[in-house]
Amino acid sequence: MSALITLTGVEKYYGDYHALRDINLTIDEGEFFSLLGPSGCGKTTLLRTIAGFEGVSGGTVMISGKDMADVPPNLRPTNMVFQSYAIFPHLSVAENVAFGLRKRQMSKADKAEAVKEALAMVGLDGYGARAAHALSGGQRQRVALARALILKPKVLLLDEPLSALDKKMREHMQVELIRLQRAVGITFILVTHDQEEALVMSDRIAVMFEGEIGQLADPETLYRRPNSRRVAEFIGKMNFINGTASATDDGAKLLVPGLGKCTVPAEQCPQGVRTGDVAIGIRPETLAILFEGDTAPRHAADAVVDEVVYYGDMTYYDVRVDDVAAPLTIAMKNLIGRPVLEVGDKARIAWDDRALVVF
Amino acid sequence: MKLRIYALAYLLFLYAPIILLPLFAFNDATIIAFPLAGFTTEWFSELTQNKALHEAVKNSLFIALMTAIFSTLLGICAARAGAMANFPGKRGIIGFVMLPLVLPEIIVAVSLLVILRQVLGVNLSNWTIIAAHVLICTPFCIAILNGAFQNLDPSMEEAALDLGESRWSAFRLVTLPLVMPGIISSMLIAFTISLDEFIIAFFLTGTNPTMPVYIWGLLRFPASLPVVMALGTLLVALSIILLTLAEILRRRGIKRAGGTDKGGFL
Repeated sequence: MSALITLTGVEKYYGDYHALRDINLTIDEGEFFSLLGPSGCGKTTLLRTIAGFEGVSGGTVMISGKDMADVPPNLRPTNMVFQSYAIFPHLSVAENVAFGLRKRQMSKADKAEAVKEALAMVGLDGYGARAAHALSGGQRQRVALARALILKPKVLLLDEPLSALDKKMREHMQVELIRLQRAVGITFILVTHDQEEALVMSDRIAVMFEGEIGQLADPETLYRRPNSRRVAEFIGKMNFINGTASATDDGAKLLVPGLGKCTVPAEQCPQGVRTGDVAIGIRPETLAILFEGDTAPRHAADAVVDEVVYYGDMTYYDVRVDDVAAPLTIAMKNLIGRPVLEVGDKARIAWDDRALVVF
Repeated sequence: MKLRIYALAYLLFLYAPIILLPLFAFNDATIIAFPLAGFTTEWFSELTQNKALHEAVKNSLFIALMTAIFSTLLGICAARAGAMANFPGKRGIIGFVMLPLVLPEIIVAVSLLVILRQVLGVNLSNWTIIAAHVLICTPFCIAILNGAFQNLDPSMEEAALDLGESRWSAFRLVTLPLVMPGIISSMLIAFTISLDEFIIAFFLTGTNPTMPVYIWGLLRFPASLPVVMALGTLLVALSIILLTLAEILRRRGIKRAGGTDKGGFL
């Protein structure tokens, strides 16, 4: 795959406010790329910089090898789906979708055909004559998608496109968007604050904090090997235990109070192998409570159940382990025949050194 | 029950003078007094024969139309800047632009007369009145157009831009149609204000009086009072029609842009 968008040292100031700090990024052709971060982290600003609605204070934005500095948004090979969808309320659905074709040299029949195709692609066949202001949220979004995709842009920019939809609709549209992206093969850049959405949909994710990229990786790496505590805390849930490490040739020996000793390879130490106090991260689903008949774990420890939260498919336990300051959260699948423990019950918990991340 | 009496008294206080207008306009007597003498349309037919009055009405209509156009154009610029752009001191500037709304008209009239005659040496004409009316109408236009522009999603124009239109065509194709009801409503309000404005017109009128100035001149002749009543009746009717139209359009505009009504003048 070849690079389609290259950002080099992009900076953005609003007065004294430093909105983007030295952003270096390459996005490939046909990639589904996400900008993920809490509100105010600069992800939307970065998207608008690519679209051309914001100029840069420093650095360059290149699309297809061409510097975009003097190219206004209407001449860039990008199209955007706005957070509010920005469907023109005074036009019909078909007129909205055909809006971008005004400047193209096409016959009326060709345009009508293209509109029909675009509406079919987003599952809105036969909606062309409807008034735009009478549509539901999900339908508006589909119109916005059709309106942008009909122009066959090199890049489709999506600014929090699912945040206005309810949970069911959102999950449905996530799958739709992936399907659509695969069908058209266009590069999608998605801005979202929803980590689950980013994990589900993206080929690669850039996690942003305070105008900087904290980590850039594929979803699995991001989840299993976050490179810092703030990424680990933002993506999913993670327990942190204070422990001590001593560096070895190819990793670290860890002493985890309350749980025991183990060795981990260097790849589980994203901030480098070192000797001294460390924070040890472990995801709730990599811990387990042992029930009768379970195979012998690599490591185990005694605990007391402190809190039980029942989700139907899963149960989340908070358990206390001697010598560990905060309770550890454990996510357990509610398998057939497996009891749900109660607060105060004693439990034997299992942990695996391969799941530890050392910060 | 008590509340109903208060409400009635309140409405009577507001509208009694206006109700008297048509009453005496159709009254068959030159003296404005009760009891009423009988029904006549004589005063209205007298209206149709008065050449000087026709000239004055023509002047006023021309002035009102020009005022409506210019003050609305200025209003569009200010409201768009206020709603969409961000610049330092925006609040202060917008407040300053709205100030003529509360300036006493007599002060505006006197100072304009001094500036136009003594400083600039301009001859008084319909255009001097238009300039002054634009000054007092623009804040009203801004207030109405602000509503229209602030109900507009700023992404709308960006979306048009994103879809390949230039800044101007994005404004023309998307913003303008969406604020058009506001524009028409603003023009109607400015037209109405200008049409019956007296103080400024009285000071700045050249050789051709406007309609309110002409009416004021008529008052010196008691015999023509009923004609004034007839003319007043027509004016009140026209004002009510125009303002109602303006409000209907304003509400429709907000609905069209998908916003909620945040209250206008009426």
